Amino acid sequence: MQKKIGYYPGCSLEGSAREYNESVQTLAKAFDVTLEQVPDWNCCGATAAHNLNKVLSFALPARILANAEKAGMENILVPCAACYNRLSMVQHELGKNESLRNEVNAIIEADLKCNLKILNIIQFIQMFISDFVGDKQQLLFNKKVACYYGCLLVRPNDVLGFDRAEDPQMMDEVMKSLGADTIDWPFKTECCGAGLSVSRTDIVGNLSGRIVKEAADRGAEAIIVACPMCHSNLDMRRPAIEKAIGEKIDIPVIYISQAIDMALGKTQKETGINRHFVPVNIELKKKEAEPQVVIEKTEEK
Amino acid sequence: MARIGVFICHCGENISATVDCEKVAKVASEFPGVAVSVDYKYMCSDPGQNLVKEAIIEHKLTGVVVSACSPRMHEPTFRNACAEAGLNPFLCEMANIREHCSWVHEKGDATTQKAIDIVRTLVEKVKRNEALAPIYVPISKTAVVIGGGVAGIQAALDIADAGHKVVMVEREPSIGGHMSQLSETFPTLDCSQCILTPRMVDVARHPNITLYTYAEIESVDGSIGNFNVKIRLKSKSLDEKVCTGCGACIQKCPVKKIPSEFEQGLGMRTAIYVPFPQAVPNKPVIDRKNCTYYIKGKCKVCEIVCPTKAIRFDQEDSFVEVQAGALLLATGFDVLKTSAFPEYGYGKYKDVIDGLQFERLASASGPTKGEIRRPSDGQIPKKIVFIACAGSRDPAKGREYCSKICCMYTAKHAMLYKHKVHEGTPYIFYMDIRATGKMYEEFVRRAIEEDEVKYIRGRVSQVYEKNGKLIVRGVDTLLMGQPVEIEADMVVLATAGIANQGSEELAQKLHVSYDKHKFFSEAHPKLKPVETNTAGIFLAGACQSTKDIPETVAAASGAAAKVVGLFSNDMLKRDPLIAIVKKSPPPVYSSCTGCFMCIQVCPYQAIDKEEIKDRNGNIIKTISHINPGLCQGCGTCVAFCKSKSIDILGYNHDQVYAEVSALLNE
Repeated sequence: MQKKIGYYPGCSLEGSAREYNESVQTLAKAFDVTLEQVPDWNCCGATAAHNLNKVLSFALPARILANAEKAGMENILVPCAACYNRLSMVQHELGKNESLRNEVNAIIEADLKCNLKILNIIQFIQMFISDFVGDKQQLLFNKKVACYYGCLLVRPNDVLGFDRAEDPQMMDEVMKSLGADTIDWPFKTECCGAGLSVSRTDIVGNLSGRIVKEAADRGAEAIIVACPMCHSNLDMRRPAIEKAIGEKIDIPVIYISQAIDMALGKTQKETGINRHFVPVNIELKKKEAEPQVVIEKTEEK
Repeated sequence: MARIGVFICHCGENISATVDCEKVAKVASEFPGVAVSVDYKYMCSDPGQNLVKEAIIEHKLTGVVVSACSPRMHEPTFRNACAEAGLNPFLCEMANIREHCSWVHEKGDATTQKAIDIVRTLVEKVKRNEALAPIYVPISKTAVVIGGGVAGIQAALDIADAGHKVVMVEREPSIGGHMSQLSETFPTLDCSQCILTPRMVDVARHPNITLYTYAEIESVDGSIGNFNVKIRLKSKSLDEKVCTGCGACIQKCPVKKIPSEFEQGLGMRTAIYVPFPQAVPNKPVIDRKNCTYYIKGKCKVCEIVCPTKAIRFDQEDSFVEVQAGALLLATGFDVLKTSAFPEYGYGKYKDVIDGLQFERLASASGPTKGEIRRPSDGQIPKKIVFIACAGSRDPAKGREYCSKICCMYTAKHAMLYKHKVHEGTPYIFYMDIRATGKMYEEFVRRAIEEDEVKYIRGRVSQVYEKNGKLIVRGVDTLLMGQPVEIEADMVVLATAGIANQGSEELAQKLHVSYDKHKFFSEAHPKLKPVETNTAGIFLAGACQSTKDIPETVAAASGAAAKVVGLFSNDMLKRDPLIAIVKKSPPPVYSSCTGCFMCIQVCPYQAIDKEEIKDRNGNIIKTISHINPGLCQGCGTCVAFCKSKSIDILGYNHDQVYAEVSALLNE
């Protein structure tokens, strides 16, 4: 069956996190899900807009939502955790604050209904992928991994209503279903340094360094993420991290979508892991045929 | 001809700020039947009441409408004033233009108009009021005290010492409550059990007190003076009269690994158990959920070893009914469990414990015999971090209130730790130190200055385990928000005090109001702190809000004084606002057709059948009869009566229709 979902990639997925986009596309294709881009989408405003101008920070995401609504979309996938957070927050606020909604409507010349279902990558996986992995999985993700959620995916909990704000579990569940051993660690939602990546790489080195070191100390062989910002800080800023902690750590940082792609046996180009700064030297084990299948065969004989 | 007096109160500015009181008085003076209409700044003050009294005499009033606050507030005040001036008090009505009008609307003509409408309805009603006389019912001079903690114990002893009977109901196998779990008490550091256990024994021995432990309230009906309380005595699987409390059964019970409630899960108990050695009564109960016999159908070791053959496996729950004049709620509190704190590990770290658990660790009778040893490996912790306000004052946890006791007990905990582990370092993360009792501030200073407890003003964002240590990450707000990280061996959370489990259910059974945190509500926060909104039911201690021991005991004695005051009368005066079946002269006798629907719907079992007989004793008609001592005036029967034969005195059909018509025919 052909499944369809609105898709808002955001700027990161066209630039520094293009491998995230590639892996999501690969994933969607593998499960026959059509990703229909929101027409004429714009910047979500990121952290910059709501530091400058409140109305602007509402109007930018509102325009994206309005375009999606106009295109008749019911749910949209927003893989970037920051975009997901902004879009969800704005829909929530405008949904309950009528005067603000009218103000924003006037600016973007639209009539928002605020009834879109906004999905993050994990919700997307739960809805369209997890139940259908089954036979499609070729390789067992037989590694010890640290799932790192970052701050934007699960907070504020009363707005997003997704997983628990401290010690979330959903990504762990997805990884376990692929055969991974997920570590129980305290830094799942710790700050990576976020936008200081550009202005104060030393601080990012310290903050992200704590995270990478903690994962390594607890024996993780890979860090699994769902946010382009987290990824670039943990991956691209590895030299700053190594400088801050005075230690060389080579555990790779992999998007959750890439992890599934890898388990499906996709190539490096399809998953985009060839684009990482920290090389992904992970050999996955071939998945053995499931015992039930063997029993069925004997019965046939 | 009716001569009604209307008295409009400004209530300072409470009413006059939004309602034009002068205009209301002026308009009301033109209502038919109104003889006098005046407004005054404080009608409930002495001169205000005199205004009413003088008007009654001067204008020969036949009815009074005081238009002011809610009748819950001052109806008795003005009815008494009317009585003093010779007017039957039930000819006085309150028109509520404060709660129902001025407080809930903006200033404006519409608000004033609404106040006028309210006054008009009451004028029309009071014209049809009849003089009524109060009814008197005998008082059952027995108090039921629910809960056997320090509050219940204090109240029960006070009431019993005053010469009245007390029935104490405790759901646990022993009385004593949380106070029996505590190690030492602030600010004197005297041993909690040493001061409590003699009082527990006093309760058991007191000739006026009947003690039911392992018992719960099944149902309550009736009202002040005459409650009918049904108590469920949960089966102890034991004949208490035969048991000598020797404890042989406890020693031999093979199920030994049940987390003890008394030890807050830090120690173990058997399936047949007494909660603690000083328990009152000191006789065991069988915990059927964990007993091998009840699970698998065999074992009976306790029965075999019992020298007096006291075990009764087939014993069932039984019930006792008590006629009580008053109920006293002393059901206490609980603390939030560590599992409620995601940021501190969702309760998954064994060495992150709550305050009550620390009390057990520090108690000489506790699982470690008073040595401070951490639960995970029994090591003596070198550093303990105490986190105050864990859950309290935290809207994100749904508890915006201050739990009030934690500042003090945390200071005490740190002090006890330092006294027992001299080389140890206690840290306390706090928001504010609220030490407002007698000798409390001095106690905290002693912790800081003599025992060198390290107070850090700031919150803890996270606790996690690493290499056998608990890493506590917080902030020191006195160091300009400097992050602090402490490698601790143990963390104690001063978790918020919360309403006890089952309090909501009990409140509903008793028709007692409770707040959003499920604590029972007092009738007035300042002037009626130990009364509930339900007459005859009183509150003591932490079931109302978390309280420390001195405050709890004071509240318990206060509530006991209220009960004793009630019991000092033989008869209880009640408002006669009850239902009656209307009678008429022969040959009709009554319009009641004898369908007896009212008997079925009466929630108070106040209605029975009455036979009307001729002089030869032949039954002419059977009609309903309402017992004035039991009727609560709820009006359910009135609504169900097909022939409109039942009226509520003070709220009869004519009066209510008159009120409604006054609103419609403006």
